[in-house]
Amino acid sequence: MFLYAFTWTEFAQQVAAGIREGAIYAGLALAIVIIYRFTRVINFAQGEMATFTTFIAWSLMNHGLSFWTAFPLVLAIAFAGGVAIERVVIRPVENAPVLTIVIITLGLALLLNGLMSVIWGGANRQFDGPFSTRTIDVGSVPVSVQDIGIVAVSVALVVLLALFFRFTKLGLALRAAAVNPESSRLVGIRVGWMLALGWGIAAVLGAVAGMMIAPVVFLDPNMMQTILLYAFAAAVLGGLESPIGAVVGGILLGVTITLLGRYVGFIGSTLKLPAALVLILVLLLARPGGLFGRVAVRRV
Amino acid sequence: MRARLWLELAGFAVLTAIVAGLPRYVSDFRARELAIVGMYFIALLGLSILTGYSGQISLGHGAFMAIGGYTTAVLSIDGVYGHQIRDLWTIPIAGVIAGMAGLLVGVPALRLSGLYLALITFGIAVSFPQLPKKFDHFLGGTTGKILNLAEPPFGLRTTTNNWIYYLTWGIALVLLLAAWLLVRGKAGRALKAIRDSEVAAASSGINLATYKTLAFGISAFYAGVAGSLYAIANAYVNPDVFPIILSVYLVVGLAVGGLDSLVGLIAGAGLIYFLQNHADTVARWINHLPALNLDPKQPGIPSMIFGAVLIVVMLLLPTGAGGLLRRVFGPLTSRLYTRS
Repeated sequence: MFLYAFTWTEFAQQVAAGIREGAIYAGLALAIVIIYRFTRVINFAQGEMATFTTFIAWSLMNHGLSFWTAFPLVLAIAFAGGVAIERVVIRPVENAPVLTIVIITLGLALLLNGLMSVIWGGANRQFDGPFSTRTIDVGSVPVSVQDIGIVAVSVALVVLLALFFRFTKLGLALRAAAVNPESSRLVGIRVGWMLALGWGIAAVLGAVAGMMIAPVVFLDPNMMQTILLYAFAAAVLGGLESPIGAVVGGILLGVTITLLGRYVGFIGSTLKLPAALVLILVLLLARPGGLFGRVAVRRV
Repeated sequence: MRARLWLELAGFAVLTAIVAGLPRYVSDFRARELAIVGMYFIALLGLSILTGYSGQISLGHGAFMAIGGYTTAVLSIDGVYGHQIRDLWTIPIAGVIAGMAGLLVGVPALRLSGLYLALITFGIAVSFPQLPKKFDHFLGGTTGKILNLAEPPFGLRTTTNNWIYYLTWGIALVLLLAAWLLVRGKAGRALKAIRDSEVAAASSGINLATYKTLAFGISAFYAGVAGSLYAIANAYVNPDVFPIILSVYLVVGLAVGGLDSLVGLIAGAGLIYFLQNHADTVARWINHLPALNLDPKQPGIPSMIFGAVLIVVMLLLPTGAGGLLRRVFGPLTSRLYTRS
């Protein structure tokens, strides 16, 4: 079964690589989960939205801004963009069937992808991230500072989100609007704007994920396409509704897929994606609500 | 209901006449373009049975088309035990093999609803192109497999493109008739009942599992036939012939044509082809608008226009071309049905 001689050091390295991979999926999965939880929409344009904002960051840095000056600017732009998208194209179809909304977000993905090619061209670009790629030894495993940074950022995002939803009035309003729109409206919450806010937050999360990923892979309009699929898988693994589930799901998926690709010769690097799909399918059949989700019981 | 039946049959006869006569009035190249529209139409018919009638979303029908295309390639080049099969006869086999794959997907799909199914089928579309790369000795890897050029059989004297046109549209009309018979009968009513409310359908004694899986199988059969024709027309298959985005295009065509309008799907199929191959024309039209100056040949333009058209169509025409037809002609023809 093992292709190469097995050593624990190498195994630990693979696990570390898997965690890094997983943290990348987790960033985008978080954005997907936020939109799903607050608006019941699966956003197929999430990857493209993230790449688009990363391109904006790249342009700003190309004009001489440093990463940390560009960072808040990009987040603000992403937030405004997310809110604008919700207002312009999602709101008119709020109560439409699932398929209509899925198609609109697919259209959005195509539109943004084309727009990126038109504005920035299809070439790969180097994106200098905030973390150095120098490696340090953790235990006996060499890990790059960048990898630690990526993992730290996604953990920080979850903690921030949890604090926001748990301890702020706005977070409470968002949760209320998602659980019971009618009653929320009666107590004065502007439900429509809460949904837009959800899209804004998701766009910000996507932007952070994009700026973390771009230094690892090269920046091009299709950067997020496969990552989006893994992010979907991670979100489903975590139950689609739970931000913590998304991060745990992402890291579990990253580690499992990396180990399968390394140690199961048949899977190798080509069948990683189908393997992830099979994994999710089996999980959904066994636990329809994912690891952290609850199965909705409906009254007929 | 009588009047409606006659009306639909007359419509079918008119469609058949148009299809049969059209190649006389268009160039050989246009005939080929129309043939490819016919292939999309076949795939959309299948998708309509699945999504429009049984209410299950599939974002992975490009993969079933690819299964059909690869089946034709393998059977007509490598053959079975070295015995090559004529491309024409591989079409039904391709349909059946894709159909069986559809049944296989249909079984787990029973337990997944709505968005989960969309995600899983999207996963199928994205991961399918990995399979030819993995099994490259059998499926040709990234370079793919070259087929023999399609030639008119039985000594028919016509051009290759005209032959592909008649072959495709002949099959398309037969499959349209089959789909129409299916959806207007007991099975169609059962599928619609499932789409509208699974609980109500089950309480009325409809076997959910059988019908939903069957819908997946039939729908994949249609996609397999379309993929097989596509492989024959292109004379080669590789992962790029059936790209991931093809599955998205199919759903787009379905939505634009109208989910449960069989004839409206022709418009959807036409749009898929037109936007893929003539997006530069659309870009030139858009340039007439003030303050816009797009370079029609730039690489991102097709996908941008596809996306924009898609969003606009969904916002303005949520029931697609079929819905529009019904709204325009409904007041004129409904009087015919209600009196009988």
